[in-house]
Amino acid sequence: MNMNHKRTELKVSAIRNGTVIDHIPADNTFQVLKMLNLDESSRQIYFGTNLDSKKYGKKGIIKISNKFFENEEISKIALVAPSATLIEIKDYEVTKKEKVNLPETVEKIVKCFNPKCVTNIQNIPTRFQVIEDHNGQMKLACHFCEKTMGEKLIEFL
Amino acid sequence: MSKLKGKSLVSITDYSKDDILRILDTAEEFEANQRQNILNGYVLASLFFEPSTRTRLSFESAVQYLGGSIIGFASADTSSVKKGETLKDTILTVSNYSDLIIMRNPMDGSARYASEVSPVPIINAGDGANQHPTQCLLDLYSIRKTQGTLDNIDIAMIGDLKYGRTVHSLVQALSLFGATFHFVSPDSLKMPSAVKTVVKNAGLEYHQYTELTDVIPIADILYMTRIQGERFPDPLEYEKVKNSYILENAMLDESKDNMKVLHPLPRVNEITEDVDDNPKAYYFQQAKNGVYVRQALIATILGLK
Ligand SMILES: [Zn+2]
Repeated sequence: MNMNHKRTELKVSAIRNGTVIDHIPADNTFQVLKMLNLDESSRQIYFGTNLDSKKYGKKGIIKISNKFFENEEISKIALVAPSATLIEIKDYEVTKKEKVNLPETVEKIVKCFNPKCVTNIQNIPTRFQVIEDHNGQMKLACHFCEKTMGEKLIEFL
Repeated sequence: MSKLKGKSLVSITDYSKDDILRILDTAEEFEANQRQNILNGYVLASLFFEPSTRTRLSFESAVQYLGGSIIGFASADTSSVKKGETLKDTILTVSNYSDLIIMRNPMDGSARYASEVSPVPIINAGDGANQHPTQCLLDLYSIRKTQGTLDNIDIAMIGDLKYGRTVHSLVQALSLFGATFHFVSPDSLKMPSAVKTVVKNAGLEYHQYTELTDVIPIADILYMTRIQGERFPDPLEYEKVKNSYILENAMLDESKDNMKVLHPLPRVNEITEDVDDNPKAYYFQQAKNGVYVRQALIATILGLK
């Protein structure tokens, strides 16, 4: 009993101040790290992936010291890991815990996949409406060229 | 005064059912009385960043029947665009010289962008593969005129349904009125699922076919479109299907009395010339209706109707 408990606790170390991104779909853990440029960060970062999760099967978790996310970064996380939870920690205490929310619109952070789109030809900030298709899949609809793209086609600027 | 005054038209979905009916009613007025000198003293700009002679002449004809003046260019070669000016700069400059801008541009989404930077209203005369709302309005006008209503018609759309922007817009617009759709195309050029979702969400029915002859007896409107060889991933497949979507006069024997053949033009070979003399051929009249519709749209947006 004790051993098991200990093993679970040791998977990823605790942080004193900062943010934990939990419940990332395991397949997308590295994508989240890269998208937030954490692979180039000088902060203390702990991460794990393919961890067992009752709810999600396999999950990823990332803990970043002394980092609190802005809304724009949270939108990005929601696009790649819509099931993620953000936990803010101050002095080892959880001060805030909430699921990321898909925004209604996504501005300036995603590239339109349509090469003929005006945003790809001239220097125009992108804008997308976040919609659901008839299968309940998240799609981004370009405000300008009106084309829609699924998660797989999302490329960050 | 209409709430459409001063508003750009970029996509047919910018208009409600009432907005569409208002434009069609006004177009009817212009059909009855085409020469009205209401644009006296107005200057409109016609900016064609890619050539489209048919659409440009139709717009210019509409402006001139209303007594307005028109400035602009017919292709990007003769404009500052060639020198690398951004779309924003061209629009901001031309808006200083005109009351309204009619724009055709090969970039998808360019019309929405122009409408957001321009202090004067924009009418989209085609933005790449995206939208061409005045074509849609003239199609709707032609359907209502020949069928007496836009409600609950059986419309068959034939040809390239995957890339054909006119059929996509027409499905979106007719879904507001409750149509039954019959989509006829080769397998590789089927109607995209996003468009079929619009039909479903409106609680309407669509049926898909590969044979043109299957829909002729049931359609009120036969909407023909061009199939372009370069759209096929496999040239052999094009060779196989290219002649199966050609409408010949004899095929119309089985059609309903009220049936009309529409085509956005230009046609290549998908309607044989012997159809032209059949009273069910409506495509040239359809193009003529485009002038009335554009007169109505310009007059409404400028607050003169
Ligand atoms: Zn786009």
